[in-house]
Amino acid sequence: MLHIINKSPAERNALDSCLNVAQDGGVILLIEDAVYAATQGNEAEAKLRDALSRFKVFALAPDLEARGMGDRVMEGVATVDYGGFVDLVTEHKNCQSWL
Amino acid sequence: MSEGTIKKFMFVNRKAPYGTIYALESLEVVLITAAFDQDVSLVFMDDGVFQLKKGQQTKGIENKNFSPTYRALDGYDIEKLYVEEEALAARGLSEDDLLVDVIVMSRAELGKLMNDMDVVLSF
Amino acid sequence: MKIAVTINEGPYQHQASDSAYLFCKAALEKGHEIRRVFFYNDGVNNASSLTEPPQDDRNIVTRWSKLAEEHKLDLVVCVAAALRRGIRDENLAPGFRISGLGQLVEAGIEADRLVTFGD
Repeated sequence: MLHIINKSPAERNALDSCLNVAQDGGVILLIEDAVYAATQGNEAEAKLRDALSRFKVFALAPDLEARGMGDRVMEGVATVDYGGFVDLVTEHKNCQSWL
Repeated sequence: MSEGTIKKFMFVNRKAPYGTIYALESLEVVLITAAFDQDVSLVFMDDGVFQLKKGQQTKGIENKNFSPTYRALDGYDIEKLYVEEEALAARGLSEDDLLVDVIVMSRAELGKLMNDMDVVLSF
Repeated sequence: MKIAVTINEGPYQHQASDSAYLFCKAALEKGHEIRRVFFYNDGVNNASSLTEPPQDDRNIVTRWSKLAEEHKLDLVVCVAAALRRGIRDENLAPGFRISGLGQLVEAGIEADRLVTFGD
């Protein structure tokens, strides 16, 4: 299933909660302030790197660019635009927004 | 057509009551969903477990105490209330502190359950 | 594919409504059907015709109205949440309608996917 996260890992526990609960093979999409989690040097980087062995992780490019972080995406995380966001939703049976 | 279709709806509650309105308005959706004869599951994770804490007294904050509604869910045929085991432990709570009968589950088990849903709503 | 969307936060304060709008636009461009957009919690404030942002800012409310008109979208505002927050027919922006929570459940049943945008 698709897990959507929209909060910075420094502000909320949404990413942690998702990683604790999500089943292997799931897909995680980081949008809005959650895109900071996928940037190099962020304190969440190691956590997310570990997660990459269990999940595919995507980050929304327009949200990265808006925050001046478009060129800092960590290796292993793919970026998508809104069209790619739509594709992720339609490709998975269900989705959970970790609000 | 929605007639006759029964989907598995899961409501994910991860927020404490009163600080924000999410717990209350989530409960309102739950009750309506039951009226549509859907297969409803409620999950309480993270601070959401506080929604079920016994002994809520809201007079002092002049808010409606909506916690008795959780006890009434049974009457709407909503019997699948799942609580995250680790969340209880992390908050010094046990099943005895909760105002309704629940099924306590590990995070991993909740994740499996979530995967199996048709519609997952969280507020 | 039929997609339903829920928006749980008001305009400007949170990015939820912006994200949802851009998501809907992209879905429509790809030929999907937006079965319904349901506004709940503070999300009902997206329907206020009294909204007046500065001229150099996006107008989140009229943007929804326009998208609804162009694509015959069903923008539904929850009545209970709306009354709580002072949204009524008198100040409802074009393209929105006020109805019950059942519309959210129905959208969940009828759509192939339901995506929630919130805080």
